[in-house]
Amino acid sequence: MSGFKSTERYIASRDLEVAVNAAVALQRPLLVKGEPGTGKTVLAHEVAAALGHPLVEWHVKSTTKAQQGLYEYDAVSRLRDSQLGDPKVADIANYIVRGKLWDAFEADRPQVVLIDEIDKADIEFPNDLLLELDRMQFFVYETRQTIAAKHRPVVIITSNNEKELPDAFLRRCFFHYIRFPDRPTMERIVEAHYPGLQRDLAREALTVFFQVRDVPGLRKKPATSELLDWLKLLMIEDLPAEALRSQDAKLVIPPLHGALLKNEQDVHLFERLAFLNRRGG
Amino acid sequence: MFAQFVFALRDAGVPASVTEYLTLLGAMRAGVADYSVEDFYYLSRSALVKDERHLDRFDRVFGQVFRGLEAPAEGEDGGTAPRALPEEWLRRMAEKHLTPEERAQVEALGGFDTLMETLRQRLAEQQGRHQGGSKWIGTAGTSPFGAYGYNPEGVRIGQDTSRHRRAAKVWDKREFRDLDDGVELGTRNIKLALRRLRRFAREGAATELDMPGTIRATAQNAGSLDLKMVPERHNAVKVLLFLDVGGSMDDHVRASEELFSAARSEFKHLAFYYFHNCPYERVWQHNARRRDATIPTEQVIRTYGPDYRAIFVGDATMSPYEIASPGGSVEHWNDEPGAAWMARLLGHWRRSAWLNPVPRAEWGFTQSVGMVRHLMEDRMYPLTPGGLDEMTRELSR
Ligand SMILES: Nc1ncnc2c1ncn2[C@@H]1O[C@H](COP(=O)(O)OP(=O)(O)OP(=O)(O)O)[C@@H](O)[C@H]1O
Ligand SMILES: [Mg+2]
Repeated sequence: MSGFKSTERYIASRDLEVAVNAAVALQRPLLVKGEPGTGKTVLAHEVAAALGHPLVEWHVKSTTKAQQGLYEYDAVSRLRDSQLGDPKVADIANYIVRGKLWDAFEADRPQVVLIDEIDKADIEFPNDLLLELDRMQFFVYETRQTIAAKHRPVVIITSNNEKELPDAFLRRCFFHYIRFPDRPTMERIVEAHYPGLQRDLAREALTVFFQVRDVPGLRKKPATSELLDWLKLLMIEDLPAEALRSQDAKLVIPPLHGALLKNEQDVHLFERLAFLNRRGG
Repeated sequence: MFAQFVFALRDAGVPASVTEYLTLLGAMRAGVADYSVEDFYYLSRSALVKDERHLDRFDRVFGQVFRGLEAPAEGEDGGTAPRALPEEWLRRMAEKHLTPEERAQVEALGGFDTLMETLRQRLAEQQGRHQGGSKWIGTAGTSPFGAYGYNPEGVRIGQDTSRHRRAAKVWDKREFRDLDDGVELGTRNIKLALRRLRRFAREGAATELDMPGTIRATAQNAGSLDLKMVPERHNAVKVLLFLDVGGSMDDHVRASEELFSAARSEFKHLAFYYFHNCPYERVWQHNARRRDATIPTEQVIRTYGPDYRAIFVGDATMSPYEIASPGGSVEHWNDEPGAAWMARLLGHWRRSAWLNPVPRAEWGFTQSVGMVRHLMEDRMYPLTPGGLDEMTRELSR
């Protein structure tokens, strides 16, 4: 099989490759979970690129309704037009607003659909899409049309675990949990983003990064995206590798830590720890 | 063989279903996991496990079933025994394990016999297609299904077995061990339990178009537009939390904190107050300023109507005097006993409950727990996922 593979830009573990290819082969949605910043959203972009399909992105918010992905009937405009005597009003189809899934279904070539952060929506959201994702079709009541996918799209769904998803929904998906990258993998990810990065700096920075992650009690452990931001800052500031060397994260708060520790409590925790350790050691 | 794998998973608490099992077979047939046992492991994991908390269980079962035969004698039925399993046995397993929905699915597919036959054929097809190659099923000349049962040889995977011996098996690394939080109470569990308290109602600003209302009004208006709006539906449940802090509660800070942060994100109408051991005439909102910024309990009662649900969180572990006698409080002079204040609070908020971080089995050892429980008319629940469930059921009534 050709399909999806780790690339220079995106480091995918073998289990992720298998999961993506299974979902593509069986035309089932792939549900991807994992710590924030571990590359869930970017995965959809990479899959689209690998398969050579266009990507349709549907970013879910707490107020998003399933129906909005199919279509909406803009009754208000129609009422207004009818007040104004606009002839458009006779045809209800003029007031049907297509959603992302409709676009993907009607496209002349296969698409990749990203439903990002499905757990943000109400619990009903996934249930309301069950049938549509299963059959890849839906019915437009207002115009009595059935919209069926010309090509079943590859559907990638991400979740940050804010809500449990219904069993019936889960049964229809393949599932992949992105484990936090280990050090060698992280080295490759860093290399992918900053090919020219100084060896020493990368090594020292990664050591500090993993030490920071190991500090117990952090509210938000820094993840890949924080590491990448931090490295960029280190490069911009032109910090020499020595500035990080022998920097035990337990003793000193790392330079430019703002990119790694995003909330105040964590910074305080660090300061407290560093203080205690210096005193004790 | 594979059916049995699925049953073993279910035994271990991984809710894999027939649907998923068929998906797995479909994917094998499509050649997703052709050349290596590792790919087969990844594929079946992706098809059968839908929750990271179950990944570790999956790894254990996978190790047992596919290594074959070193299943430790743990669990009720000693894992998966390396014997040929008669069809009758499988059928009974199926009846025991399948949900009614899945049983219906099996029936729809032509019953259990047909299903087993289909599986056998699919495997045979795959075997046929792959004969001579180095695909992952090599059956040493026997049917992988045996007599619809377990082939003691197991599935020999790949021809180049040495290659697979060399590397430590992925599933034996048990990399997902720390994600299995089966019993632990995490913010996520709490949120899920609390969510059951949700009550939807329309309130707040009118922002949604009321279609039937608009049509009716417009018609009444002889066709000229008369837009009607209604408020959006919101979770309208109102919750008042009373949290015990300090003293013996220090051991339970994390659980209370998690409960608190989960409640914060679940309920729009949430207020909280702190007390120590037992609520008396004053409570407070900022623990750091409890000396100078307390609020009369009477005022709290006046502020929050009886439509609030009051949840007390505390270990109810104190001296009996702290509940029963005036002046019994360890911190100040209380004119009225704690019990009187509890009665007042519970009289105002009829829907109320007490969550206790101490395990239920230990409640009997402490007299004050029994006293509080009595005051609560038994509505005391342990601060565990199960306890929260019980509580939400009680409070939803
Ligand atoms: N395996 C990887 N290979 C290359 N880059 C990666 C990888 N994993 C993460 N990144 C990089 O990390 C950053 C964060 O990724 P992304 O936004 O996809 O994370 P996410 O899991 O969707 O996070 P969130 O849950 O916060 O939405 C991106 O810049 C992405 O390029
Ligand atoms: Mg994302």
